[in-house]
Amino acid sequence: MTEALLQVSDLVKTFGSGEAETRVLRGLSLRMDKGELSALLGPSGSGKSTLLTILGTLMQPTSGRHTMLGVDLTTANDRALTDFRNRHIGFVFQFHNLLPDFTALENVIFPTAVREGRETAAARARGRDLLGRMGLADRVDFPSTNLSGGQKQRVAVARALMNSPELVLADEPTGNLDRASAIQVMKLIGQINRDEGTTFLISTHDEKIAATCRRQIVVGEGVVTG
Amino acid sequence: MLYALKIAFRYLLSSKAQTALLVLGVALGVFIFIFMSALIGGLANFILASIAGDLSHVSIVAEVEDPALLLDPNAGQILLAQEKSAVRQAFLRDAAIYAPMIAALPGVVAVSPQITGSGFITRGGQVAQVAINGVEPGKESAIVQLDSYITAGSVRLGTGLTIIGQTLADDLDLTVGDTIRLDSAQGIDALLTVSGIYKIGQGGFDRATAYVSLDTARTLMALPQGVTRIEIKLADLMTADATALRISAITGLKAKSWTEQGAQVMSALQAQGQTGLLLKTFAMVSIVIGIASSLLLSTYRRKAEIGIMRAMGASRRFVVFVFVSQGALVGLLGGLLGAGLSYIVLQAFPPRDAAHPSVMPIDIHEGAFGLAVLLTVTIATLAAILPARAAARVDPVTAIGQ
Repeated sequence: MTEALLQVSDLVKTFGSGEAETRVLRGLSLRMDKGELSALLGPSGSGKSTLLTILGTLMQPTSGRHTMLGVDLTTANDRALTDFRNRHIGFVFQFHNLLPDFTALENVIFPTAVREGRETAAARARGRDLLGRMGLADRVDFPSTNLSGGQKQRVAVARALMNSPELVLADEPTGNLDRASAIQVMKLIGQINRDEGTTFLISTHDEKIAATCRRQIVVGEGVVTG
Repeated sequence: MLYALKIAFRYLLSSKAQTALLVLGVALGVFIFIFMSALIGGLANFILASIAGDLSHVSIVAEVEDPALLLDPNAGQILLAQEKSAVRQAFLRDAAIYAPMIAALPGVVAVSPQITGSGFITRGGQVAQVAINGVEPGKESAIVQLDSYITAGSVRLGTGLTIIGQTLADDLDLTVGDTIRLDSAQGIDALLTVSGIYKIGQGGFDRATAYVSLDTARTLMALPQGVTRIEIKLADLMTADATALRISAITGLKAKSWTEQGAQVMSALQAQGQTGLLLKTFAMVSIVIGIASSLLLSTYRRKAEIGIMRAMGASRRFVVFVFVSQGALVGLLGGLLGAGLSYIVLQAFPPRDAAHPSVMPIDIHEGAFGLAVLLTVTIATLAAILPARAAARVDPVTAIGQ
C-alpha cells in the first residue's frame, strides 16, 4: 500500500455565526498518498478553495482532523504551522502572486531565504536551476513585473518547489493563462511530479487540465463526492 | 534578520518619492529639535554668562556673631539691655587654610579671598561713597574679568594703588595717575593713586566700587588677620549648588551658591527650557505621526504581498521586523540628514564665545546632535510597531484573495 502523505477526516468549516453562519465543509474526509498528481474539481462554492487553504495550513478547520506526514496540524499553533508550511507545502495561485519589487530569482528563493534569514549561494544556485527547468534561464534577474503571464506562473511554480516540499497546492494555476501557456505549465508540473515524486493537488474548473492528472477528486456540498 | 532588512530596504526604494518625502519630513523634525536645542541652550548660556559670568559662583561670607554673654545662671532675674556696635566686623580667620583646600576641589577655577567694606573717596571738595574691594594682587580678574573691562591704565594692583569705575572717574574727574583719599568706615584713610579705570556697564560697579590690594584693604578695614569673604569661580556655574554644599561640608563655613540670589533667573531659565522641551516634543510627535501613518498606508497597500509572504512561510515576527526596520531606516536616514542640515545651518551663527545681544545666541555645542539622531531612530522604530503589528495580523487567505 502507498504511504499516506496527508489525511483529513470529518472536516467541518463554518464561517460567520448565528443566522449568518455558512457551513462550507460538512464532514469532508480525504486521503492523499505521496507522489499523487490529483485534480480537485467541483462547482463554485463547493468548498474547493476552503479545503486547499486548510490543507495549506493557512486556515484551521472548525472541527475534524488534519494530519500530514504524521503531524496533527489541527492542534498546532501559528508558529508551528508557519514553519511546517515553509518546509513541506508549496503554493501556486491563480494570479501567480509574485512579489512585485523582486526579480524572478528573488521571488523563487524567498521561501528558503525567509527560513534561513539570508539569501545563501546554495539557495541562489537552486533558484537558478529551477528557473532553468521552467525555461526561464534568461529571465533570472528580470523584475517580476516585466514577465508575461505565463512566465510569472512558471516563476510561481519554481517558487513553490524551492524548499522541495512534499505537497504543492495549486489553486487554478492555469485559470489566468492562454491555452499554450496552460499546457506548458501543466507539462512542467507533470514532469516534476514524475521526476521528484512531489505530490500535487490542483484545483481547477478545466476538465482538460483535470484530465492530465492521474486522480480526480470531486467536491460538492462540502464533501468529497467522487 | 538580514533578509528582513533587505526587504525593508527594497520596500523603501520601491517608492522613492514617498520615502524621500518621509525622510525629509523626519529630517525637518530633527532640524527643529536640534535648532531649538541650540537656541534654548545658547540663550541660557548667554543669559547666564551675562548675569552670572562676573559674579562669584560660590561665596563664603563672614557672619557677625555676637559674643556670648557671661551671665550667672544663679543670679536671679537680670534685666539686660545690650546695645549693638554700629561698626562690627566679621572675618574668616582661617581663610589661608581653606583657600587651597577649596582651590583643589574639582570644577573650581579660581578662589579669591577678599576684604570688603565701605568708605568714601575724596578728591578736593568732591566726595563719593564707594564699596572697597580688596583682592590679592595678581588675582584682580579672578572673579570679575577686570582685565577685559579696563579702559585706561592697568589692572595690576599694589600698595597705594586703586582701580575705579568709569562713572566714578567721570563724576570725580579722575584719570589714571591721579591721587585720591580713601576713608574707610573704620575711620582709617589712605592716599591712593588711580592705576586703572574699568567699565563693566553695570551702574553699581562703575559708579561705586574701588578695587584695592588685599594689604591696602587690611589696613583700611583694620583687619590684621583673615578676610571678610572668599569668592569662588567654577568652570560650570550650574554645579554651584553642589559645590557650595561640598565646601560647607569640608570647611564648616556657610557657602552660598549664586543661585540663592539668582532664583528668579533660574526659574526663568527653567521656564524657557520647558518651552524648548515642549517644542522639541512636538517635533518628535510629528515624526511619530508621519512614520506611523506612512507605514500604515504601506501596510494597507502591501496587504496582498504580506499575505503571500505569510503563505510562503514568513512568520509574523519576520513581517513585524520588515516594517519596524523600515521605520528605523527612515528614522536613521532622516536623523542623519536633519543633523547634517542643522550642522551646516548652525555654522552660520557666531560661536558661543563671540555671542552678542544683536545676534541670536545660538550655540552649536548645545545642538544635542547625537541625542537627536538616537531619539529619532528610537521613536521612529517605536512608531513603526503599530503598523508592523497590523501587517503581522494580515490574514493571508483574505489578503491573497484580494
